[in-house]
Amino acid sequence: MPECDKSRRLTRGERLVIAAPYAWIALFFLAPFALIVKISLSHPAQTRPPYEPVLDLSSGVAGLMEKLSQLGFDAYRGLAEDNLYLDSYLSSLTIAGVATIVCLAVAYPFALAIARAPRRLRPILIGFAVAPFWTSFLIRVYAWITLLKDEGIINHALMALGLIDSPLPMFATSGAVVVGIVYSYLPFMLLPLYAAIEGQDPALREAAADLGASPLQVFLRVTLPLSRRGIIAGALLVFIPAVGEFVIPDLLGGSDTLMIGRTLWNDFFANRDWPAASAAAVTLLALLLVPILLYERAQLREGRR
Amino acid sequence: MTDAPLLSIKSASKRFGAVTALDGVSLEVGAGEFFALLGPSGCGKTTLMRLVAGFESADAGRVEIEGADMSGAPPHRRPVNLMFQSYALFPHLCVFENIAFGLRRQGKGKAEIAARVAELLQIVRLEGVETRRPDQLSGGQRQRVALARALAPGPRLLLLDEPLGALDRQLREETQFQIKEIQRRLKTSFVVVTHDQDEALVMADRIAVMRDGRIEQIGSPTDVYERPATRFVASFIGQMNFLEGRIESGEFTGPLGRLPAGDSGLAAGAKAVLAVRPERVAIEPVREGGAGVGGAGVDGVVEDVAFRGETTHFRLRLPGGETLRVSRGAIGGPSFSIGDAARISIAPSAARFFASE
Repeated sequence: MPECDKSRRLTRGERLVIAAPYAWIALFFLAPFALIVKISLSHPAQTRPPYEPVLDLSSGVAGLMEKLSQLGFDAYRGLAEDNLYLDSYLSSLTIAGVATIVCLAVAYPFALAIARAPRRLRPILIGFAVAPFWTSFLIRVYAWITLLKDEGIINHALMALGLIDSPLPMFATSGAVVVGIVYSYLPFMLLPLYAAIEGQDPALREAAADLGASPLQVFLRVTLPLSRRGIIAGALLVFIPAVGEFVIPDLLGGSDTLMIGRTLWNDFFANRDWPAASAAAVTLLALLLVPILLYERAQLREGRR
Repeated sequence: MTDAPLLSIKSASKRFGAVTALDGVSLEVGAGEFFALLGPSGCGKTTLMRLVAGFESADAGRVEIEGADMSGAPPHRRPVNLMFQSYALFPHLCVFENIAFGLRRQGKGKAEIAARVAELLQIVRLEGVETRRPDQLSGGQRQRVALARALAPGPRLLLLDEPLGALDRQLREETQFQIKEIQRRLKTSFVVVTHDQDEALVMADRIAVMRDGRIEQIGSPTDVYERPATRFVASFIGQMNFLEGRIESGEFTGPLGRLPAGDSGLAAGAKAVLAVRPERVAIEPVREGGAGVGGAGVDGVVEDVAFRGETTHFRLRLPGGETLRVSRGAIGGPSFSIGDAARISIAPSAARFFASE
């Protein structure tokens, strides 16, 4: 054939490679998620598992159809009427949002300093930033308790120095949760920021300086806008897991620190209301999906221009 | 200080670790002059340019612009702009904002900026692309935007780092003349850094030929081409034949016979090299019993003929075994084929002599 067909068929090997991630997502995300959606449409019950109907084919296809008709949106209705959930969502979003902004403010100077360090030092500095990951996440969060509590190291030191008379109430507050999230998720912010800054052509900064921009203007007009993708990626990587975070608010937060992860946990294990908890989880996912999809669409549009 | 030259570099030296990038370089560029820094890679021309722009500081010596010492002045406070080799266009800004960047830093008003950008786009002959991003432009268009952006703040001196390096050949030749024309029109001083001798010869009023951090020669294109000061300059610019010989009683004796070497400054008895351009060598058919022009004729054998359109190039073998390249314009003169004998002669004024290395 004289004409070259560019859309040639994929070989079997290529198809296998492409299929692998889809299979992974189907097995470990879509299947469990379908289960959660189904539970969220069920009713709580004093059974094992604690909801009904349980879908099976024990009573034939007609029985299955009858059980399907019992599914409903009661759990979601309950969610909408329950102020606890609304408050939990708002509080989660606020804490995660504040933590993301603090994380960005802390990580950006770090990323900038590492990207501007001598080339052979950079991997070492990145290594230091990631090093805490080699110890258990749980232990690192526990460590913050000894730092923050009333008779902890920080209060002890401040009182010994005579700066305060009585301990600052830091532990078991929303502030402690923010500190814990910032500390734990810092590398997720740092790495995309570093990649975005390090990848910039140094000639761009020189060009800006040459055209009369002061060092501050070079940063604001060139370095910062060119690291936008890193900022967005880092913010998503911190914000999304932070919204649903359970361990940090459970260990560092007070009884009044509402976060959706804790409320979910309570419904699942304390109240054994699986449908309500499932409905809350599905809603959370939907809430988080919106910003991601908006971001993806913006990226696509930019790529097409 | 109205008499001070626009740019004056005074014995500037710069080392990077063990590498000497600049070794006591001095030069002056006048107002409205088109100056070229020419040399092979690693000769220090880029370091010199970055010194003037303010991206490097000299270990010794200084840079003055209109008589004012620039030591310690950061790049954004120098009346100098640089057009980068990679163009370094801001990828997040459209063409308009790229060109307006320097104007905004000067705090110009909206209307003034719009008028100036339009004027510059017209100067570089690139209109109707204001809203595009750099990645939507062709290489030639990007080059023009980079030039317009560097010219926008109205610098007294524009530095151009290999301005044509990224363009394909045809576009390069066309752009050479355009840049020259823009320079003449704006009367801004241009200093172009290049490793391409054609670029320097075509565009510049004066050329500084650099090698190993030093200036070998500063002169007009005709000077450096016709009267190279060193053997390096002779070999770096254009085609050159080098023939080994010896200085004896004011004459050079070598494969082409004896030639007067009056002003070469070389001591009697010293080994020397004769340099002659291929186009300055005369060849004619061997006539039985005839004498060569200027009495310095020898016979050679044509080994290769290459027709190149405007010129024809010959490679000849001299009686002593040396090869000699000769070129001739396409029109007129007898023709030679491979194997023909040819009488070779050169006028004394065509020859340059250097000490043997």
